[in-house]
Amino acid sequence: MPQKTLLYERHLALGGRMVEFAGWLLPVQYPTGPKVEHLRVREAAGLFDIDHMGQVVVSGPDALPFLQHVMTADVGAISLYEAKYSLLCYDDGTVVDDTFIYHLPDRYFIAINASNNRKDTLWLEHHATGYDVRIENVSEKTYMLALQGPRAQEILQPLCEADLSILAYHHAVETRVAGIPALIGRTGYTGEDGFELFFPAEKAPTMWETLMAQGAPLGLLPIGLAARDSLRFECCMPLYGQEISAQTTPLEAGLGWAVALAKPAFIGREALLKQRLEGPARRLVAFRMVEGGVPRHGYPVIIDGAPCGEVTSGMYAPSLDAFLGLAYVPAAHSALGTEIGILIRDKPRRAVIVRKPFYTPAYRKG
Amino acid sequence: MAIQVDPRCLYTKTHEWVRVEGEFAYTGITDYAQQQLSDIVYVELPEVGAQFKKGEVFCTVESVKAASDCYLAASGEIVEVNEALIERPELVNQDPYGEGWLVRFRVDDPADLSDLMSPEDYATFAAQEEEAHV
Repeated sequence: MPQKTLLYERHLALGGRMVEFAGWLLPVQYPTGPKVEHLRVREAAGLFDIDHMGQVVVSGPDALPFLQHVMTADVGAISLYEAKYSLLCYDDGTVVDDTFIYHLPDRYFIAINASNNRKDTLWLEHHATGYDVRIENVSEKTYMLALQGPRAQEILQPLCEADLSILAYHHAVETRVAGIPALIGRTGYTGEDGFELFFPAEKAPTMWETLMAQGAPLGLLPIGLAARDSLRFECCMPLYGQEISAQTTPLEAGLGWAVALAKPAFIGREALLKQRLEGPARRLVAFRMVEGGVPRHGYPVIIDGAPCGEVTSGMYAPSLDAFLGLAYVPAAHSALGTEIGILIRDKPRRAVIVRKPFYTPAYRKG
Repeated sequence: MAIQVDPRCLYTKTHEWVRVEGEFAYTGITDYAQQQLSDIVYVELPEVGAQFKKGEVFCTVESVKAASDCYLAASGEIVEVNEALIERPELVNQDPYGEGWLVRFRVDDPADLSDLMSPEDYATFAAQEEEAHV
């Protein structure tokens, strides 16, 4: 049986269409539809119930050396109250999961994917032998909401004790929102400015209602999984099980920037160093359809008449009004401008490799 | 959301409507179908002159999340396709029984239409499907 979040009844009341995702029943969309939801996040703001996401707290005297051992990022370089993207890799360099690490005064708070929640926790515990650390999965008692969009700060500030105007991108603050103790990260999965909020699970209905009431006059809409997917996709942010998995490495996925090969040792380093020196045999590329058709996850890529890769994510991109995709192709065919074919319902359709990302995140536009 | 049904049409169990005009018929997807699909972003239309048997896929309608096949309610030849959908696939959402029609086809044998549902029966059928969906 899929789990329901504490906001399940709220989603139903809002007309949310509930689907199963990673073992959870979540709204794929509300009556406004995924296109409107997507554009609203780009133009104003959206509120996402993402309680399916997992969280693990790592603390104790050896927390840093332990995380340096399991994480690809240089955890020692994460400043206090900074949040950083990092991967967990297997020995062969393929991906266990992608994570966000928050460096807090007494602990590291790590946000992980719903589908990998249990796997990651077991993985961390398994590799903790010999380290004086405490690993606690806090997913059940922690609720996670995302408030994203250019008006997110305007909505959150009146409810929040901390001054959000001085909260930098990819930084966090422990404060109160509507009187509820919360960890707020200026982080997200949409390419817009915004926040992710972690707080005691039992406060979820109060937090949701308060944010919705505050935000509604500013255009805030609840956002379902479909728009969450198209928002992250336009920015070419990876989704576990699609762009990254136990069959792909961060270097193939174009995530080399999250792999600190300069660290003396971490799980997967040797394999990744070797791949860095030799160059990956395949690469994740972005493409735009030249002919009609919607590319989708799993569709074959055709080059010179032969199948030689697969679409990891593909869809209609609302902000760009185009049919776009991400796919693995042989490195020799990964140059910008390369013409490729996407097999859509047994017919090859023309596409061309283009620059990533499709949509430049707001916080990188300067 | 209330499901609209056009009294001038007949209906399939796969949620296509058919409006017969002499030996020709217009067809498209129902209001229930477009509601279920939500934002339609692409319609793959057949070629004019293509022949299909009753129950064959003649068109694919793609929404944000999925591709959905449409089945021809009677054997026949496609005589016209709704080219407006190439630029504006959202017409299927906005006006499924009108501007969002998919194709016009020549009905080979009107007996093919005998198992289609009346508007009243389809309204009941779609309401039950919706109930089962939620």
